[in-house]
Amino acid sequence: MEYVIEMLNIRKEFGGFVANDNITLQLKKGEIHALLGENGAGKSTLMNVLFGLYQPEQGEIRVKGKPVHISNPNIANDLGIGMVHQHFMLVDKFTVTENIILGKEITSGGQINLKKAEKEVRDISERYGLAVDPQARISDITVGMQQRVEILKTLYRGAEILIFDEPTAVLTPQEIKELIQIMKTLIKEGKSIILITHKLKEIMEVADRCTVIRKGKGIGTVNVSETNPNELASLMVGREVDFKTEKIQASPKHDVLDIKDLIVKDSRGVSAVRGLNLTVRAGEIVGIAGIDGNGQSEFIEAITGLRKAEKGSIKLNGKELFGLPSRKITEAGIGHIPQDRHKHGLVLNYPIGENMVLQTYYKKPFSKTGILNFKEIYNKARTLIKEFDVRTPSEYTLARALSGGNQQKAIIGREVDRNPDLLIAAQPTRGLDVGAIEFIHKRLIEQRDNGKAVLLVSFELDEIMNVSDRIAVIYEGQIVAVVNPKETSEQELGLLMAGSNRKEAGEGTHV
Amino acid sequence: MSKRLINLLTPIFAVLLGIILGTIIMLVSGYNPVDAFIALGQGAFGDVYQTGEVVRQVTPYILAGLAVAFAFRVGLFNIGVEGQFIVGWLAAVWVGVTFELPTIIHIPLAILAAMLAGGLWAFIPGLLKARFRVHEVIVTIMMNYIALHVVNYIVNTKMNQGSSKTGKIHETASLRSEWLSNLTTGSSIHWGIIIAIICCFIMWFLLEKTTRGFELRAVGFNQDAAHYAGMSVNKNIILSMVISGCFAGIAGAMEGLGTFGYMAVQGGFTGVGFNGIAVALLGGNTAIGVFFAALLFGILKIGALSMPLAGVPKELVDIIIALIVFFVAASYMIRIVLERFSKKGVK
Ligand SMILES: Nc1ncnc2c1ncn2[C@@H]1O[C@H](COP(=O)(O)OP(=O)(O)OP(=O)(O)O)[C@@H](O)[C@H]1O
Ligand SMILES: [Mg+2]
Repeated sequence: MEYVIEMLNIRKEFGGFVANDNITLQLKKGEIHALLGENGAGKSTLMNVLFGLYQPEQGEIRVKGKPVHISNPNIANDLGIGMVHQHFMLVDKFTVTENIILGKEITSGGQINLKKAEKEVRDISERYGLAVDPQARISDITVGMQQRVEILKTLYRGAEILIFDEPTAVLTPQEIKELIQIMKTLIKEGKSIILITHKLKEIMEVADRCTVIRKGKGIGTVNVSETNPNELASLMVGREVDFKTEKIQASPKHDVLDIKDLIVKDSRGVSAVRGLNLTVRAGEIVGIAGIDGNGQSEFIEAITGLRKAEKGSIKLNGKELFGLPSRKITEAGIGHIPQDRHKHGLVLNYPIGENMVLQTYYKKPFSKTGILNFKEIYNKARTLIKEFDVRTPSEYTLARALSGGNQQKAIIGREVDRNPDLLIAAQPTRGLDVGAIEFIHKRLIEQRDNGKAVLLVSFELDEIMNVSDRIAVIYEGQIVAVVNPKETSEQELGLLMAGSNRKEAGEGTHV
Repeated sequence: MSKRLINLLTPIFAVLLGIILGTIIMLVSGYNPVDAFIALGQGAFGDVYQTGEVVRQVTPYILAGLAVAFAFRVGLFNIGVEGQFIVGWLAAVWVGVTFELPTIIHIPLAILAAMLAGGLWAFIPGLLKARFRVHEVIVTIMMNYIALHVVNYIVNTKMNQGSSKTGKIHETASLRSEWLSNLTTGSSIHWGIIIAIICCFIMWFLLEKTTRGFELRAVGFNQDAAHYAGMSVNKNIILSMVISGCFAGIAGAMEGLGTFGYMAVQGGFTGVGFNGIAVALLGGNTAIGVFFAALLFGILKIGALSMPLAGVPKELVDIIIALIVFFVAASYMIRIVLERFSKKGVK
C-alpha cells in the first residue's frame, strides 16, 4: 500500500515532559485520516512536528516513501504539506487574495500582480467549491469563511496533504456541513487529509481510518467502517463513556437572575440585544439556543459587565447589577466561563497556576496587605488541577503552553470552584474531548443540584437538549420562546432559531 | 537551551555584535580599534576617579531605564521620561534651594517633590490614554517639549541667580559626600547610586510580589482578560504611568541633588530619558537587566571621553551604542540563531 506520509515512532519532549511517545501514523493517498485523542494527548504536537514547527527527538518522517527532514514550515510547504491551524493566522486588514499570496506574491516588474492572483484564487476557490470572494476583507467575513481562506492558502501553495486541527470547533452546524462537503471534494481532487476532531459523529461521517492516541502514546489505527462511536470513545479514554448525561428532575426555587427589557449595542453601535427578558431560577439550568450572531455574546457580556448595556434591568438575587463594574458583579456571585478563552479567560503569559486565581488574587489567603502569597496560590492551583484533571507539565507552566482543551478545563475549574450563585457557561465544551465533555456536564448539573442557577449558551443543540432544564431560544436579540427539552425536538428548535413563531414551529408547550 | 538562558544570552550577543561591528567601522575609517578600546577601558576604570564618574553617570540611567521599563511592562511606551526627568530635576532643586531643614528631612522631601513632579507629568498622558484613548507616545513627546520650555522659563525668570542658573541647593539637601568624593580623588560621585539600586529592588518587588503588580502585569499582557478578572484597566494604565514618572522624577533629582546641585537652563534635551529607552530595551524591561544595561551604558559613555587621547573620536561610542540598540531590537534574529544552536548542540 502506498503511503503519502509516514510518521514512524515519533517522540517529542518539552523539557522532560513527553508529549509524543513513540507514535506512528501512516496516511494513505486519497484518504481522510482522523486523529483522535483526549485533550492534551499530543495531537497538535504531532501535527506541528509534521508541519516543521517542532523538531522530534526521535523517529522518522517519510513523504512518499522517502525519508525527509522537516526543519521548518517552508520545507513542509515544499513537500506539499499544508496546515489549517485552529487559531487562524490571517491579516485582518488585508483582503482574501492579499492574505493568500502573502509570502508568495506574483510580481511583474517589481509590482504585485493582484489581478492575476485574484484570478488564480478564484479558480481554486471554484474548483473546490469554496465560494470565497477574493476581494473581501478578512475583518468583514465570517469565521467559517476565514477558515476557507486558510484552506485556500494551503491549496494555493500547492498542498497535496492537508492537516486540519479541530476545524469544526469554531463552526456553526451549517458551516460544519459545508466543510465536510469541501473535504470530500478535496479528496476527489486527489488530496489526502489528516483531521483532528473531538466529534465522533464527524469521524464516522467522513473519515476512512482513525488513529487513536492516549496520553502521548499511540493506541492504534482502526478502519472507521468497522467501528462505532462507543468503541472509539473507549479506545481514546480507556474506559466506557456515557453520551447521555444522567440527571434527576430539577427542582427550581426562587429567581436568581432576572433580566428585564435589556438593550445592548454591539461594537458597531447597532442594537444586538433588543428588549430581552429572561429569568433563571436557583436549581435549574437554562440553555440559550440560537444561531450565532443573534446577540448571545453581547447578552452575556452585558450581564458580566464586560460591555455596557444601554437600558433595562439585570437583577441577581434581587440586587440590581446594571452599570456595575465587572469586579462588583463577580463579587455579587456570578461565575463566567467565557466564550473566547484566549481573549477573556486567561492571561496566556501567566503560569496556569496564577490564572487559577484571576478573580480572587486580591483576597485572603492569596494576598495579605497587598502582598501575594504564592504558596497559597499554587496550593489552590494544584488542588484545582487535580480535581479538574487539567493535564499540564506543572502548575508553573505558562497557560499558553497548555493544550486548548486543558486551558478550558482550567477555566471551568476556576469558575465552578468559586461556587457562584449564577454560573454562566458560554460554549463550555468547545474543543473538549468526549470524556471531558461528560465531566463538564456533570459538574454543571452538580452545581444545579446544589441549588445554584446555571445559564448555558451553546451552538450545539445536542448539548442544549441534553443538559438544560429549560431552553430559551434567542432570535434577533430577544428570547422568542421558552420550551421544555423533553417536549421539543431539534426540528422545532431549528425553526424557532430561524425566526418562525411558536405556532408555525410546532406545539411545544410553555414551561 | 532553556528559554531563560536564551533570554539572557540575547542581549549579551547584541552587545558583542555591536562591539564587533563598531570595531569594523573603526578599521574601515582608519582608526586603531585596539588603542580605542584600551583608551575606553582606561577612561572608565583607569583610576578611581574615572570609576567614580562611571557610577555617577550610571545612576540616572538606571532610574530612567526603570521608568521606561515599568511602563512597558504594563504595555505602555513612555517616551516622556525625558520631560519627567527635567521637571523632577527642577522640583528637587527648588526644594533644595527654598527650604532649610535637617538632612534627614530635606533630602527625602526633595526627592519626594521630584517624584511628585515626574509623576504628575506622566499622569496627564496616562489620563488621556485611559479616558480618551489618546496614544501615550504622542502626548508624552509633546509633554517633553512643554517640560523643557516651562522649566527653562522658570529657571530663567523665577530662580535665576545669574548666568541662567538657579542658586546652589543647601548642603542639607545634597547627596554629595566629602568621603565618597575623596575616595575617588574628587569625582562627582554621590549617594544617588544607593537610591537607584533601592529603586531597582522596589520595581522588582512591586511587579512580581504585590497584588498591584499582578494587576499591572495582567493589564500589560491582556487587557480583555484583566477586565474579565475585574481589574480596572484604566486605573492601572494611569497608575503605571504615574509610577513610571516617579522613577523618572527621581532620576532628575539625582542630577539636581547629586551631580550638579543646581539647575541650569537647558539648551536642548539632556538625552537621559532617551537613553533610558535603550537601557530598558537592552535590559529586557526587568529591574536586574536595567541595572546591568545602565552599567554598560555608563561605562561606554564615560570611557568614550578618553578615546580622543588615542586619536579616536568619542562619537564612535555613540555608534556602538546605536548598534547595540539595533541588535537588541533585531534580537529576533539572534534568538533564532541561538535556538538553532541549541538544537544542534548536545541535548
Ligand atoms: N510548547 C510547549 N511547552 C510545554 N508543554 C507543551 C507545549 N506544547 C504542548 N505542551 C504539552 O504537551 C501536551 C500535548 O499538547 P497538545 O497541544 O499536543 O495536545 P492536543 O492533543 O492537541 O490537545 P487538545 O485536544 O486539547 O488540543 C499537553 O500536556 C501540553 O501541555
Ligand atoms: Mg490541540
